[in-house]
Amino acid sequence: MRIGVTIFPGSNCDRDALHAIERIGAEPVELWHADADLKRADAVLVPGGFSYGDYLRPGAIARFARVMEPLEDFARSGGPVLGVCNGFQVLTEAHLLPGALLRNTGMRFVCKRVRVRVEATDTPWTALCDPGEELTLPIAHNEGNYFADPGTLARLEDEGRVVLRYLENPNGSANDVAGICNEGRNVVGVMPHPERVSDPALGSEEGLKILRSVLAGARV
Amino acid sequence: MSLKETYGSLGLSDFEYDRILELLGRPPNYLELSLFSVMWSEHCGYKNSRPLLGRFPNDGARVLQGPGENAGVVEVGGGWALAFKVESHNHPSAVEPYEGAATGVGGIIRDILAMGARPVALLDSLRFGPLEEERNRYLMGEVVRGIGGYGNAVGVPTVGGEVEFAAAYSGNPLVNAMCVGLIRTEDLVRSRATGEGNLVVLIGSKTGRDGIHGATFASDELTEESESRRSNVQVGDPFCEKMVIECCLELLRNELLVSLQDLGAAGITSSASEMAAKGGVGIEIETDKVPLRESGMEPYEVMISESQERMLAVVEPGKAEETLRIVRRYGLVGSVVGRVSGHGDLRVIHDEEVVGSVPAELLTDAPTYERDVVRPGYLDEVQMLDLEAVPEPEDYNAALLRMLSHPNLCSRRSIFEQYDHEVGTDTVVSPGADAAVMRIKGTGLGFAISTDGRGRHCYLDPKGGGAATVAEAYRNLSCVGAEPVAATDCLNFGSPEKKEGYYHLAACVEGMAGACEVFGTPVVSGNVSLYNETESGAVYPTPVVGMVGLLEDVRRHATPAFKRERDVVVVIGSGARVSLAGSDYLEIVHGRVAGRPPEPDLEAEKKVADLVRELVRSGFVDTAHDVSGGGEICAVAEMALAGGLGIEYEEGALERTTAPQGRADIALFGEGSGAFIVAVPEERWGDLQEAVGGDVAYGRIGTVGGERIRVGDLIDVSLPELRTAYERDLFGAPGGAEVAH
Repeated sequence: MRIGVTIFPGSNCDRDALHAIERIGAEPVELWHADADLKRADAVLVPGGFSYGDYLRPGAIARFARVMEPLEDFARSGGPVLGVCNGFQVLTEAHLLPGALLRNTGMRFVCKRVRVRVEATDTPWTALCDPGEELTLPIAHNEGNYFADPGTLARLEDEGRVVLRYLENPNGSANDVAGICNEGRNVVGVMPHPERVSDPALGSEEGLKILRSVLAGARV
Repeated sequence: MSLKETYGSLGLSDFEYDRILELLGRPPNYLELSLFSVMWSEHCGYKNSRPLLGRFPNDGARVLQGPGENAGVVEVGGGWALAFKVESHNHPSAVEPYEGAATGVGGIIRDILAMGARPVALLDSLRFGPLEEERNRYLMGEVVRGIGGYGNAVGVPTVGGEVEFAAAYSGNPLVNAMCVGLIRTEDLVRSRATGEGNLVVLIGSKTGRDGIHGATFASDELTEESESRRSNVQVGDPFCEKMVIECCLELLRNELLVSLQDLGAAGITSSASEMAAKGGVGIEIETDKVPLRESGMEPYEVMISESQERMLAVVEPGKAEETLRIVRRYGLVGSVVGRVSGHGDLRVIHDEEVVGSVPAELLTDAPTYERDVVRPGYLDEVQMLDLEAVPEPEDYNAALLRMLSHPNLCSRRSIFEQYDHEVGTDTVVSPGADAAVMRIKGTGLGFAISTDGRGRHCYLDPKGGGAATVAEAYRNLSCVGAEPVAATDCLNFGSPEKKEGYYHLAACVEGMAGACEVFGTPVVSGNVSLYNETESGAVYPTPVVGMVGLLEDVRRHATPAFKRERDVVVVIGSGARVSLAGSDYLEIVHGRVAGRPPEPDLEAEKKVADLVRELVRSGFVDTAHDVSGGGEICAVAEMALAGGLGIEYEEGALERTTAPQGRADIALFGEGSGAFIVAVPEERWGDLQEAVGGDVAYGRIGTVGGERIRVGDLIDVSLPELRTAYERDLFGAPGGAEVAH
């Protein structure tokens, strides 16, 4: 399986994501922002970082990058897409996911490990998790405070589209949301970084479950 | 303005101006004078410190590059090498703390990049005045935000560092940043310019007026007027730096560059003259070819601008086009701004006219000053300490809580959680331990890094403090299981033109150099920051040592956290030397900075540290911590808090230290032992005794378990109560739980 990783100017978790993809036995593919080409990727990961410096609003510029044109088509036709951290922000800016990520209520960048509960396992990125399973995942962000209007939030809950939920809310997110999916359930955005806990050398492999899920889905 | 006023305003003395006249054989024009001014500043020219720096050992079996390049480099094995250096950004941070700290991080990253290495880890040593003062809270908040703002965005993890607070740093904070880079040994780059006719290419961002005369500003004391020199402080753009990193690494991978140099203090002037002097060639710079951010800049402004995120490369003419194509691909500005020539001058050309020309080697060879080393009288006074006047605490529980809640000893979590310490997915041991441990992907190898400084100790005893600073770094690396191999240093001192300041510098360097000899840790790079003075005096003499160690098998490392109930807790090292002199306890509980701390017995400390490292390396011990600020009981409390497990002291455990001195507060809070605390499962206690052998003193002090720390009838505190004291938010209300005394 080929998993593409978008590289915007200022992405800084791209190499980590490529490395983690290699570890799960998939083929990592670099997707340069200026090329409107997904290079036959079977799934796409939009990694974390500070695309274009995040000087305007996180993700606001990246959504206009050329690689986003084929990515949007891919997402709308059901291709599995995972946005991590800045990648989640890019996907909301591109309207592939609803809502927005505001500044943390603590007004500080937060880097630590947090406990989350897997609320939805019927997405290509959580298929290997058990419903209600608790994972400990790293976060590192300044704008991770999920916001959506009450109607959208209610819909997300009703349709079971909250994918990950914080056990202790670190940033003020509405309904403790740590990750959501789109209506088609193929596009998932999460603030925690699964690629950072994908190696026993770093003390945990809990993130591999999320990355491996997309492989499992591909084999079905 | 008279001539004298002109060179005076540029920071040059009469003696220095006369020397310029003599060397050039003619009067310099204003541009040339500006070149000398920045290059002969203390910051670039090391004119007061160079003779002293010669005392540091800087050679060793693993050293691939010692001082004189952008960073030192040591060999790891398996074809890998580490480039590293620490640098100060104190003056800029005093007047514009966010940008000062941010550009300090950016600058040290480019030093590492200039060696061809990928920057993989950052650490910061910080000093501020007491947090009761609003200005100090503002400085700390902005400095931490600046470090995070730059480091988080640029994608290099901030994995460690240290911070302390003392009145001596009020208004003159210390902001030292260290960076470590990873490189294949065969890919090392040097900054030497070679090949007459080769082109000089400027890569990165455009050049503006920011940071004009920044190096000169950094070589003077801070006064009320310093505030008006905010324009001397540069502004950082971490997004651009990220692009510069990836771009330069690609240019090097494609073998397009002859040499590479970062632009830091003194901008193009410093980079070009150093590249030229090292290569024994000349460099011509056409200032009108430099892409500018603003119009109307004079050639001298272009030459000394300290605009950030720029690199200078020497490129063969045939490779210039491909180089510029890659630069553009990363959205950066690239321009051929000059060429290598045979004349040996740094020559400045504007609109095809030579507007200044100075032999490069004159610029890089600032005059040096050696001064008399006179022991200041205050030392006799501050070293006096009558223990009779220091009563034992009536309530040891309260004393322990007060110690652990003090800003100098409490948890640094509220700082390091603002830094991304995991990006890069190589961080094996995160901040909060004795040293950060990093892995090298695709190998079993690892390396550890720590930064240490002991300002109060150096103030009370400069030579002993200098040695103790190195010893502390050596211990910190040893107790995670790493073999210390080399060091970098940042010498933060007051004015060398004052007797006291020069003595501090000379004595600390002597102590450090001696310790580096004993420990076998050469100093391979460093930086000097003098004139750290405000109108109310100098900072504590604060040499900061960044040390790097290696792990053959990164899985075999130790952390402070207690890991298992019923583990036996053992102190390794002699307790006979512990003292309250100059201790945290004396300052925090008794409000005194006094006494002469025990001079470290370097040979003995090395023996103990080497033993502990061997225990960790062999996989025998996974729980270790060194006894440092706050003494044995604070070290034990940190281990308990980190692991969420308590400890019960054994009866008589304190006697190994109280026996010679007769006081429990000395045993619990005294410092200077150079000892370690380790924990092993009960069934391995016998093996541990055998492994330690008869050469090194050790003693069993207690057993891990429960949720309290209990020491006989002296101390009985619950972990939740300790945690509340220890895990305070340094950015919260001033003083926090601590009540001013």
